[in-house]
Amino acid sequence: MLFKKRSFDDAPAILEIRDLSVGLASNGLEVLDKVSIRIRKGETVCLVGESGSGKSVTSLAIMGLLPKGALEVTNGSIELQGKNLIGLSPQGIRAMRARSISMIFQEPMTALNPVMRVGDQIAEVLNTHTKISSREARQRVLDIMEQVQLPNVERIYRSYPHQLSGGQRQRIMIAMALVLEPQLLIADEPTTALDVTTQKQILSLIAKLQEDHGTAVLFITHDMGVVAEIADTVYVMKEGQVVENAPVERLLREPKEEYTRRLLRAVPSLVPRPPRPMDATKDALSVSGLDKLYHGTGIFTRTPSVHAAQDVNFVIPRGRTLGIVGESGSGKSTVARCIMRLIDPTAGEIRIADTEIAGLSRGELRPHRKHIQIVFQDPFRSLNPRWTVGKSLTEGPINYGMPHKEALAHAAELLELVGLPKDALGRYPHQFSGGQRQRIAIARAVAMRPDVLVADEAVSALDVSVQAQVLQLLDELQQKLGIAILFITHDLRVAAQICDDVVVMQRGRVVEHDTAANVLSQPRDDYTRSLIEAAPGRAWDFANFRELEAV
Amino acid sequence: MAAAPQPMSAMQTVLGIFSLPRNLRVGIGPMIAAGVLFAIVLVTACAYLIVPHDPLAMNALQRLKGPSAEHWIGTDAYGRDLFSRVLVGGQVSLLIGIGAAIISVFIGLLIGLVAGFFRWADAIIMRIMDSLMAIPAILLAIALVALNGPSIWSVIFAITIPEIPRVVRLVRAVVLSAREEPYVEAAIAVGSSMPKILWGHLMPNTLAPLIVQGTYICASAILTEAILSFLGAGVSTEIPTWGNIMAEGRNYFQLMPSLIFWPGLMLSLCILSINLLGDTARDMLDPRLKKREV
Repeated sequence: MLFKKRSFDDAPAILEIRDLSVGLASNGLEVLDKVSIRIRKGETVCLVGESGSGKSVTSLAIMGLLPKGALEVTNGSIELQGKNLIGLSPQGIRAMRARSISMIFQEPMTALNPVMRVGDQIAEVLNTHTKISSREARQRVLDIMEQVQLPNVERIYRSYPHQLSGGQRQRIMIAMALVLEPQLLIADEPTTALDVTTQKQILSLIAKLQEDHGTAVLFITHDMGVVAEIADTVYVMKEGQVVENAPVERLLREPKEEYTRRLLRAVPSLVPRPPRPMDATKDALSVSGLDKLYHGTGIFTRTPSVHAAQDVNFVIPRGRTLGIVGESGSGKSTVARCIMRLIDPTAGEIRIADTEIAGLSRGELRPHRKHIQIVFQDPFRSLNPRWTVGKSLTEGPINYGMPHKEALAHAAELLELVGLPKDALGRYPHQFSGGQRQRIAIARAVAMRPDVLVADEAVSALDVSVQAQVLQLLDELQQKLGIAILFITHDLRVAAQICDDVVVMQRGRVVEHDTAANVLSQPRDDYTRSLIEAAPGRAWDFANFRELEAV
Repeated sequence: MAAAPQPMSAMQTVLGIFSLPRNLRVGIGPMIAAGVLFAIVLVTACAYLIVPHDPLAMNALQRLKGPSAEHWIGTDAYGRDLFSRVLVGGQVSLLIGIGAAIISVFIGLLIGLVAGFFRWADAIIMRIMDSLMAIPAILLAIALVALNGPSIWSVIFAITIPEIPRVVRLVRAVVLSAREEPYVEAAIAVGSSMPKILWGHLMPNTLAPLIVQGTYICASAILTEAILSFLGAGVSTEIPTWGNIMAEGRNYFQLMPSLIFWPGLMLSLCILSINLLGDTARDMLDPRLKKREV
């Protein structure tokens, strides 16, 4: 693993945060507690931590964007090249933003104006903050768009955000942030919403621009792989405090704090799990020739049809886990939803325990629904917020004729099985954390005693430490109940940890299907290889604080 | 077999809305509106206990008299006591307003749920609703009253029909977005039947916007009733309503402005306070208008 090793001892500090405390305005509760961060010219500082650790609040405080009346700075200073930003007038802050500090966000679609051409949006930044002619401005916009490696800049200048891909939109955001050549760039999870291959391009782009312009970068992320790739210095945050900071290699090799070590240990390894013996002979789920075609719509201009899934074949024996891996738009979720019959497949067979369900009508399907259950990605939306946990858990069993009392008793047992207290039955989803809600969603699925559990990006929205616990839970449940799991994910690390077999999908087609060990260590398909190569920090064994031994 | 404990949820949701402690910080305006509305409802509901005269008793000797100890705000062209008539007239106006609001919200809710959830029904139902909306509400109401004769129920019916499409559209929009929620898909996956999903998972999402829409319908129904009565297409003239008191007073407007002023004042106060309360409810229930909390 090649870490960045430049020394910044002589570089002047661009941003110096000293003992910054931020509290809730209503009751003075501390959100940030004496945070000190120093960023020097040309340096990339990574701020890592789990959700709720105060990373984003720190960045908002620097930008002077703390929500008024909700959060306020109670102590400390933020100095940009020796000038304290706290207590600056609104005009002063506005002048400072964009000129000296700019920011890129996680979701470029919501950060761009959907009804304005992207070129004009970049030009607007110039027109607001400088006094150059519009022709000059246009030239500078085209120039910066070239620099962020957008193709065909004249055409993209005239495009609207929805006409661009996610990676292109993020490039536009970066161009907008850098057009005034700020001294400091704050990037708040800028690649989290992107596919790994796009992420790799964006990360190297940021690194290159930083070298060219000497910009200091504050990079906020929860992904240790990204940290290993781009950081010079790392600050680890926990509950509003900086618990540790060190140059990247030292932090990953010899973490001092227990919390850092725990965080690193939770990062799933890219080395596949030891293959389990194939003892079961019975197939829980078999899919053959599955096809899903979305026909084009529209009266005047017919949009082209989309083949979301094409000739997908696989089987999962009882007690084993099959992973479907792919980037967004690869059709992996389409396959999951077809199997659940949430959408109807165009062609193909889906067999669950000897019953063909692809051709059944809605009514005929209902008795078979209980054999196959799903856990969704977003734990905040997958439970009805108005229903108690007990009601959500008993809904399914009652549908299949279980008496109410028995169902409740069963639900209480299930809660224990997934590691939640029994009294959770009477509470509402908002009283639980994301990881707990995902446990509840798993309990709801397991309550049906299914043969097959479909996990559609079920751990993607969770912090790594919680992710590890939920993966562990799925593994335990599988051993106890012998469920077959279809695990859909974009994250190769997660797939390596839980899957026995892996299917790689690209644009609706299966490009590779083999055991997890073979797919990850000896990929045969070019696309699989590019996916593995794009995985950030792939040469580093985070959990053991050392290089990964060559397999 | 224990009975399925489904019908609780709607009730719980309604109660949940009214027990949101943090959102109950309301300004002075809505408080006054609530007070005014409460007073109007109380006074008109108990009108027959309060009124000094029979609102229908004519007295040729007392025609168009100004305020006096006996007739507090004067008399109309037939010598009937205006005060008594305004109070009793409020009964019909409020009954029609509240009745139209409840009925149109309820029918609109049922149609909207079906339209939002079943694709095959959507196209048909929404085209019918579109064509209903294409006809001016007042014209449609006049035509319906003309068809059914001038009774209170036919007026409520005539006001309800043009309001239904608005409710249907609202409910359908909420259902369309809510049915994509994973928790609805999870309910499908655990084998819940369509009626159960509609009532248990989707309907509660519509309650908050419906309460707001209901107040607007109530206000506009009271106004529409007044317009219908004023045009002579409303409730028959023996029953006093704010609308037909004003309609009769129109001829003597220059002689006795109070014939229009008092029922008009009651009408305006009533509608103003209902709308104010509706706005307040919207601000409290709509998460987009709520102040962001950290």
